Formats: sequence, C-alpha cells, structure tokens
Amino acid sequence: MKNGIGRIATATFTYGFLGLMAFLSIFPFIWMVLGASNSSIDIIKGRILPGEAFTANVGKFFTTVNVPLVFWNSAKVAIFATVLTLAVSSLAGYGFEMFRSRHRERVYRAMLLTLMIPFAALMIPLFIMMGKAGLINTHIAVVLPSIGSAFVIFYFRQSTKAFPSELRDAAKVDGLKEWQIFLFIYVPVMRSTYAAAFIIVFMTAWNNYLWPLIVLQSNETKTITLVISSLASAYYPDYGVVMVGTILATLPTLAVFFFMQRQFVQGMLGSVK
Amino acid sequence: MALARRGGIGRYYDVNGWLFVAPALGLIALFMIYPIAWSLWMSFQSGRGMMMKFAGFANIVRLWNDPVFIKALTNTMTYFVVQVPIMILLALILASLLNNPRLVGRGLFRTAIFLPCVTSLVAYSVLFKGMFAIDGIVNSTLAAVGIISSPIPWLTHPFWAKTLVIIAITWRWTGYNMIFYLAALQNIDRSIYEVARIDGVPAWARFTHITIPLLKPVILFTTVISTIGTLQLFDEVYNLTEGKGGPSNATLTLSLYIYNLTFRFMPSFGYAATVSYVIVILVALLACIQFYAARERDR
Repeated sequence: MKNGIGRIATATFTYGFLGLMAFLSIFPFIWMVLGASNSSIDIIKGRILPGEAFTANVGKFFTTVNVPLVFWNSAKVAIFATVLTLAVSSLAGYGFEMFRSRHRERVYRAMLLTLMIPFAALMIPLFIMMGKAGLINTHIAVVLPSIGSAFVIFYFRQSTKAFPSELRDAAKVDGLKEWQIFLFIYVPVMRSTYAAAFIIVFMTAWNNYLWPLIVLQSNETKTITLVISSLASAYYPDYGVVMVGTILATLPTLAVFFFMQRQFVQGMLGSVK
Repeated sequence: MALARRGGIGRYYDVNGWLFVAPALGLIALFMIYPIAWSLWMSFQSGRGMMMKFAGFANIVRLWNDPVFIKALTNTMTYFVVQVPIMILLALILASLLNNPRLVGRGLFRTAIFLPCVTSLVAYSVLFKGMFAIDGIVNSTLAAVGIISSPIPWLTHPFWAKTLVIIAITWRWTGYNMIFYLAALQNIDRSIYEVARIDGVPAWARFTHITIPLLKPVILFTTVISTIGTLQLFDEVYNLTEGKGGPSNATLTLSLYIYNLTFRFMPSFGYAATVSYVIVILVALLACIQFYAARERDR
C-alpha cells in the first residue's frame, strides 16, 4: 500500500498532466472562437480577449465568399459520397462475411492490401482519367474514387460477425430472396453500425482536401475546406475572416460529435472491437 | 444426387457472394488497382505533360541526383521517426491514466483530448498558422512565462517550421490513438492490475510490463496507420507553409513534392509517379518491419 505523500504526488501528477493536456487540446477551439471576434491585427498580435469585430468579420466573410453555394457544394459532395460508400461497401462487407468461399477470401485479403496504397500514387492517373472522362471541375470526380472503400468494407465485415444468423435463416424459410434479406432484415438490424460508419465517412468526405484541390478548379465548385485554405494562403490573410470560416467548417462535425458521441467513437474504432 | 445438390447450393452461394461484392470490387479495381498499375508504368516514362516516352530507369537515376527529392524524403522520414513514437507514447500514457475508474472527471478529460479529431486538417492547420505567428499567442505566452526571451520564428526558420508541423500533427492525432488504447484497455481484466499493485509493482513498471505487452496488437495497428498517414502528409504542410514547403523546403514532404511536380511546375507525370512509388515502397517496407518486430517479441 502506498503512503499518503506518494498518493498525493501521484494524484497531483495525474490531474496536472491530464489537465494540461485537456487544456492544450481545447485551447485552439477557444482561440478560434475568440479570433472570430477580433480584427486580423489583434489575432496576429496574440490577443486572447473577446473583441468587437465579430459582426464585421462575419459580414466580410459573407461578402468575400458565396457562403450558401460553398456549403451546398460541401454538403452535396459529402452526402453523395457517404450514401454511395455506405451502400456499396456494406453490400460488400455483408457479402464477404455471409457467402464465404476460398477464392473470395483471397480476393478479400488482396483488397485489404489496397489500404496501404498512398493517395499520392493514385492522384496523377486519377487526374488524367477524370480529364479524359471530361469530369474535371465536377463533383462527380470528387465522389467517384472514394466509393469503393476497403476500410468501410472491412468495418462492415467485422460488424456483420455480430449479425444473428437465425434472422437470416428465418427469413429464408419465409421465402425472402437474398437482396430482400439484405435490404429488409440486415439494414434495419445494423442501423447503429450504419450510423457509426455514416459519421466517419461523412466527416472524411466533408474534410477531404487534396483530391478536391486537384479536381475542383473553379470558384463555383469549391468546397468549404478549399475556400478556407485559399483565404488563409493570401499574402496578407484576414485572420478574423479566416476564423469565421474555420468555425463554420468545424461546426457540422463538432455538432455530430456532441450529439452522437457514442456512434462517433464506435465508428472511429471501427475494426478493433 | 446428394453431390449434385451440394454443388447446386455451392454455386448459388457463390453467385450471390460475387454479386454482393461486385460493385465494390469493380470500383476498387477502376480507381485503385488500375491507377496504381498505371503509376508504375508511368514511372518508367519521361516527358512533359502528355507527351511521354519510355525512359527506362532514367527517373530513378534522376531521384538520386535531385536534392529537392532527397530533402523531401529526409523531411518525411524525420516526421515519421520523431512524431510517431512521441504520439504513440503520449497516447498510451493518457489512455492508462484515463483507464482508472476512480479518476474524477474521466469523461470530461477524455472528450477534451479527443476533440481535436473533429477538426478538418485544413482548419486546424490554418488555426495553428495563426497561433504560431511571430507575435502570436504562443510566442507571447512563452515570453510572458519567461521560457523565451525573443520570439521563436515558427514559420520562417527551417528547424522551428519542422517542429511546428510535428506539434500540429501530435495535437490532431494523439486523442485518436488514445481512443483505440482505451477501448483495448477495457478488455483487460482489472484484477491483473490489482494483483500487481498489491504485490508492490510500481505504476511505471505496471505500464511497461502489463499495459504495453497486452496492448501490443493495438499498438501495432495504430503504428501502421500512423506510418501510412505520416508518409502521406500533405494538408498540414501545404496549409502551414503556404504550399511551398516552408523555408528552404524545410517542411516539404514527398506528397507535397509530387503535387508540386504535377500541378505547380511544368507537369512531369513520369517523374512524379516515380516519387510516388517511393512512398508505396516505404509504406510496404515499414509495415513489414513493424509486423516483423511485433512478431519477434512474441517469443
């Protein structure tokens, strides 16, 4: 058993360390909100008090950026990418787990290897492909390459292991076809898996940067991440305006996180459990 | 008769199985396998834009004589060697501290430390760029506390720019790794720790002799994930250092160099593809080494 002083020292270290880490983790968020209320000069000078420039910054943001269009672009890309990825990849995850064969097991393992392919090695061929297909500057080009996701397939296959096979057998006895079993039994039963996967895929698509940067070249198609990046890379960036942008870009994912924390973490963990 | 029926069911199973996985496999073949094979073929060609011809190993020779490539490779490896161990260790320590059920405010700490994972890579890079400005909040705080006497040139000095990138990535990803360890720790029987504690095993020894060995599979998994992520580093560097790779290319990464070769300078697809294959090979190599290292220690 530990003595009193030792225990106090341990507790001090634990709470001190965790407190410091928690503070450092949250600080940029606080700074972002405070920054949106300050002028660019004050932000660069390190002011950490609420200022009076909030409405001015918001106003400037809305005049420099076509906010509804940019949000619509981001939402469109993220929602289409998410719905299609979930549909295609959950079908595959279910297929790999339910209908096992030796060949398919080999294909599955080969498919998992694609997780190691760095995007940098794909972007040039993909760019040329999209160019040939006349899809540069379209949201289709952004969404298409991400739909067949080995990671999401893996996630669904792992989760399908918990799907009760009695349900499937019962449905079969009732004469349901395979696609009907999937659509009317599997999908409703697995809704929490879908919710978790939805959050993660949506967030990835919403925050995606490199590929949209390459493919979306006109202002009419740009997403919020691209807009923030170009605002911040100006020669003299207006940080107040940039802060308003980062808040607006972070708000949707932050809201999803706080309202669906359990599914959020579950989705992040994906495969481990 | 029995044989024929079994064959029939097998075929039926097989057809359905392939039907379910076909759309995904088709897309993966078209947007992953085909491009990665094309990239390999491209890496043996040279020329500007779409005018390419076979060049054998010319691109590989060019790699050796390209100081910018060597710089990008060194930087990428530096990030990997310095940042991944720091982050994994930090995440492990945080997870084992937070695994204590008697800890007050456990959920609060956990949520706070996980929160950075919610931000987009672009948004947090932009935030960090502002925070680490020469007169920014970080320098003024450090000066006020008395740690530094003159402001640190985070964005303009090669060493500090690299440090900033490492700080930034660590901020963004430590909580992510921590969540994996917390989940795995919950599966470990608490009584192991109780017994060790009663036997007088100090906290640090419990960490190195119980937690780390038991979490080895998860540590391996997160290390591989972090390796792949670090070798592909792009968004942060592009946004922290105006897309150019920082002061005298101090923060340039391989991905950023490929981007520059393809979309910023006169497009040189063949050479860029060669550089991209360096990442492919590095990822494969490092993943193998990590799996091998983890297996060795099993015995």
